[in-house]
Amino acid sequence: MKKPLLIHNGILIDPSQNLNRGGRLLLDRGVVAAIDPSDEDIPEGCEVIDAAGCLVTPGFVDLGVELREPGFEEDETILSGSHAALAGGYTSILATSSTDPVIDSHGAVEFVRQKATQARGARVHVVGCLSSGRAGKQMAELGLLSEAGAVAFSDAPRAVPSDALLKRALEYCRMLDRPIFDHPEVPEMASGGVMHEGQVSLVLGLKGLPTEAEDLAVARDVRLAEATDGRLHVGPVSTMGAVDMLRRVKSRGVVVTASACPHNLMLNDTEMRSYESRFKVHPPLRSARHVATLCQAVKDKTIDAIQSGHMPRSREKMMNDLDQSPFGISSLETAMATAATALIRTGIMDWIELIDRMSTRPAQIVGLNAGTLGIGRPADVTIIDPNAGWKVEPTRFRSSCISTPLAGMELIGRVKHTIVGGELRFSV
Amino acid sequence: MSVPDLTSYVDRWDRRHLLDLESLTADEITTLLDVAQLLKDATEGCRRKLSLLSGKTCANLFFENSTRTRNSFSLAAKRLGADTVEFGSSGSSTAKGETFADTAKTIEAMGVDWVVTRHSTPGTPNLLARELGCCVLNAGDGPHEHPTQGLLDLLTIRQHRGTLEGLTVALVGDIAHSRTARSNIWGLKKLGAHVIVCGPPTLVSPRWKELGFEVAHHLDAILPRCDVLNLLRIQFERQNARPFPSVHEYAALYAMNATRMRQAKPNILIMAPGPINRGVEITPEVADGPHSVILEQVTNGIAVRMSALYLLSAADDRYAADKKRN
Repeated sequence: MKKPLLIHNGILIDPSQNLNRGGRLLLDRGVVAAIDPSDEDIPEGCEVIDAAGCLVTPGFVDLGVELREPGFEEDETILSGSHAALAGGYTSILATSSTDPVIDSHGAVEFVRQKATQARGARVHVVGCLSSGRAGKQMAELGLLSEAGAVAFSDAPRAVPSDALLKRALEYCRMLDRPIFDHPEVPEMASGGVMHEGQVSLVLGLKGLPTEAEDLAVARDVRLAEATDGRLHVGPVSTMGAVDMLRRVKSRGVVVTASACPHNLMLNDTEMRSYESRFKVHPPLRSARHVATLCQAVKDKTIDAIQSGHMPRSREKMMNDLDQSPFGISSLETAMATAATALIRTGIMDWIELIDRMSTRPAQIVGLNAGTLGIGRPADVTIIDPNAGWKVEPTRFRSSCISTPLAGMELIGRVKHTIVGGELRFSV
Repeated sequence: MSVPDLTSYVDRWDRRHLLDLESLTADEITTLLDVAQLLKDATEGCRRKLSLLSGKTCANLFFENSTRTRNSFSLAAKRLGADTVEFGSSGSSTAKGETFADTAKTIEAMGVDWVVTRHSTPGTPNLLARELGCCVLNAGDGPHEHPTQGLLDLLTIRQHRGTLEGLTVALVGDIAHSRTARSNIWGLKKLGAHVIVCGPPTLVSPRWKELGFEVAHHLDAILPRCDVLNLLRIQFERQNARPFPSVHEYAALYAMNATRMRQAKPNILIMAPGPINRGVEITPEVADGPHSVILEQVTNGIAVRMSALYLLSAADDRYAADKKRN
């Protein structure tokens, strides 16, 4: 039996209750038992965490993480990935199907869930394949996948290639009440690209990923969401065109959600001048104008959520030239600090807004029982030192992947503790 | 002719790698050209051998096919008394799955002083320069740069006109996929020439304008202003989808032919980096005509490569001496 846990001296931040003040939080029997309990309500033998100077927030929820197991364990396993998530303050992550075999069957969902239970890291939720074999032709058995526990469907990291298939799936999923995630990109227009297409790619002679490849896909996605009244989430997005499209349809009342990755909020395409594969991420680091627009869109909720964009790839795969290296990034452990550095230190947002985009809002998008410190809700809590500056040292990552465009950079905001179901699973 | 005194030039040069022209200063480019000219003269037009670099070894590490550049570098090294060793990608370890960096490190461990590298991916020479202890020369990295090609074009123009300052130079054709263009533009700009990039919009991005170059799509409109035309080869091998309707149409719009020559300045220089597609970018009567300096470019290639090998080596010797002292 887990001991009750009292977190005191911290500042409670919970966007779901608009809570942003000093207070005590009592966790017991795996749930939030009380906010500001009286001394007599605190049970005997209660463990105590002193959160002086820290923020106490609902655990982060990541809408799309590649965990590469089964099939690519050299990149990441469910064990290493779910613990990297904890170190990044995530208590729930959605694992997409970048595996071999892909997650398009009841048994495959079960495999991931069992491995995740054994790993005792962050909670792992399965994003099932939208198409059978992730081949982009026929719908996978979405109803049965849903019964097995899949919380969403996607062909990520690829876009759903067929417009008709996406339309059918959006219609079909209405009865399952599960969202579809689309990674927006027109493959034909992005083929062979390694970086943002712009002035920098022109000078470097590197093949570009044009913004139109993303813009057109977002346009298709939002139009089909509107036409079918289906639940659609697009992301990660990275372009001004995508933001513009989302803003327009949202103002018309179309229900569609979107996410962006923290590195796309902080870094721009000039980083590629070093030619290092650690800057080869997807969506690519765009030009400064896109980055600024994206930050504003996260602020004004055109972009609902921040997702880590974790795409682990082994060292040997990343040691190649830019054409041969895959897109890859280890970002679970830097996501919050990257977002805080890009959005809070710059004065664009405050902490409660950031916690909303990283926890409360993503939980709502999927319908997870998470993203809140509400009484009786799962005791998934992250404790952050908002002022701690730290240097990104990839060799210290818990993730198997050490490739990151942020290596060596100074970030602010450090995860001190991560608590899952009332159990302290990570401390810095 | 005796061995020239290059001391004053060596003092002005401190780079151990030649990766691009974009990052060089006008002074550095001028130094490379001056030394190239001196070495060309001292070797009687790149034909005689000096022993400036004897005991050193130059490795040609080409991951992409090449005949002229590879042989030009080999000859440049040999003319200065260095040994050369050849590696190709087909049949080598990269074909067996080794990364290019590991292949390069293996070759360096055999004790070479320069690695001359060509690769289909931009930036690979930069990665090698970071990984290896020896000098690295870029002999073409995909569509990015080909600095010695840029230098030989500059040298050729300078020999004919004395200076680059104030000249109007048009690069015509497949700018999008051309490393020759990406080296030429920087070199020309730094030395004071007015640069026009000319070709169909699918091969000439309007973004070049933001970088300070003139963008043109109609050769006939700019031709009367040009002092030099550099006719770039259409790189069919790098194009996924054909950027113009047909070769026939391309040639009609951009090929330099006898009719167009009549619109040109009387002393125009016609250049081409080769290999040339006769009938596509240039017709035979122009390629072989009195304005063509295409074969001079080839000879100057050896001169600028001698210059680059020499200057990098001198900087490397100094670097090694400093390291030893500390």
